[in-house]
Amino acid sequence: MKKYPIRVIFLLIVALFMYAPILIIAVYSFQDSANIGTLGSFTLKNYVKLFTSPELRDMIIGTILLALISAAIATILGTLGAVGAFYSKKRTNSFISTLNQVPVVNADVVTAFSICILLVVVFGIGKDTYIPLVAGHVTLCAPFVYLSVVPKLKQMDPSIYEAALDLGATPAAALRRIVIPQIASGIISGFALAITLSLDDYFIATYTKPATFDTISTYVVNATKGSYTDIKTALWALSAVIFVIVVVIVVIMNVRGNRAEKERSVR
Amino acid sequence: MPMLKIPFTRKALAIPYAVFLLLFVAAPLVVLFYYAFTNGKGQFTFDNLTGFFSDPNTLGTLLYSFAVALAATAVCLLIAYPTAYFLSKLHLGNKTSVLLIFILPMWINFSLRITALKEILTMIEGNLADFQFINAVIGMTYDFLPFMILPIFNTISKLDGSLLEAARDLGATRSQAFFRVTLPLSMPGVISGVMMVFLPAMTNYVVLDMLYNSTYIMGSLIGSYFAAYNWHGGSMIALILLAIIGIFTLLGQNGSEQEDSRGGALL
Repeated sequence: MKKYPIRVIFLLIVALFMYAPILIIAVYSFQDSANIGTLGSFTLKNYVKLFTSPELRDMIIGTILLALISAAIATILGTLGAVGAFYSKKRTNSFISTLNQVPVVNADVVTAFSICILLVVVFGIGKDTYIPLVAGHVTLCAPFVYLSVVPKLKQMDPSIYEAALDLGATPAAALRRIVIPQIASGIISGFALAITLSLDDYFIATYTKPATFDTISTYVVNATKGSYTDIKTALWALSAVIFVIVVVIVVIMNVRGNRAEKERSVR
Repeated sequence: MPMLKIPFTRKALAIPYAVFLLLFVAAPLVVLFYYAFTNGKGQFTFDNLTGFFSDPNTLGTLLYSFAVALAATAVCLLIAYPTAYFLSKLHLGNKTSVLLIFILPMWINFSLRITALKEILTMIEGNLADFQFINAVIGMTYDFLPFMILPIFNTISKLDGSLLEAARDLGATRSQAFFRVTLPLSMPGVISGVMMVFLPAMTNYVVLDMLYNSTYIMGSLIGSYFAAYNWHGGSMIALILLAIIGIFTLLGQNGSEQEDSRGGALL
């Protein structure tokens, strides 16, 4: 590192660009000031507001519930699809993989708009039923679950499944006890990915959500258009909280990942 | 096959997902196509298409989106390539942990990050409306930079070090070795990164909205048609975007990494 001070300085500047806004907001979330640049006095009122306002609480719980429900459905569908397609004929497999690729490369706004037209305009399903919203989020997430399960299926040793059948296991039991455990890491990372995609989504929610329901993204976007300063500063507190949660999760995952790697290399 | 006793087959597991893909991926595209080429009375028409290409406003929006996307992609590339390169050359035991610092922002809700950016830009610039194009590029860069760093880092760190040694042994200077070996071999990562930034930068209009930008990119047109319940006009824009995305995907497929980088760091 001593050899390349310029490289380290460059990396630090990039990290600064990425983190400065969020860190400054985090500092100001403890300030009694609604404008960045003017320092006020220390306060916790933004955090009090964040955790006591029913509007903010409903919006946060709604976002998390939506993410959990759609990620769960997406994980089941995507995993079944990946396993089924893997053992299907080549044509079926490539048909499913191609369709699977569409929401992945497509712009979210196009996906959102097309699902809104089909479900709401053509089929007349009311947005208030939450069906378009959940269907939209599952459409957004399931392809990524599929994509994280497929490589695990390819890495699998096919003879173990055959051996289970030879030893008298039914195909269903062999699938449950041999195949699923071997692809479990792919299913779990697919589920985690689905949750992050759902939490981060703005477009699908905007085009398919009931008018009374808000996710964090749609709420924040609408709040920035308005000028309610107490909501604005409460959202700074939310940013700080989410930042800390993400850092903690990433550090834990990283430490566990390193440990698993070490164990593997010891063996 | 007797109807009553359907034997369990692994292939059959794909059926729910195949049906799901047909319903929520294929059918919306068919409907999009239908709406794009019909008018309010359900008559077939090319008006939406010719309307788009004969209106200077919409054509201007198309060009402006290309300009924003090109600039944002170029800036992202100029920052991301050195970042990924320096990261992969760091003499550290655990590069992945350092990489995570540069990937982590993608897991923080984008609307909160852009809100933070908006506050900082407001402090620096005063009136955001005076710097619309620059702010659009900064916003997109800030939002999508991690998605460019990740695939480039992945390709560079997988490169066979012996190739570089061979180049040096055969008399290449450091920079020659970089430009003739490392750079060409890292192109797949660059192409994936460009795909991850360019297309969203053309469509993710909410980033501009949040930065008080009154300029339109392609996504904004869908948004305004959606707000006006003009499904036919919106479908045509979506279809044009779909065509652009399709062309880019086909062009990029030749060289890009097959793995998907939208949150792929979870693995």
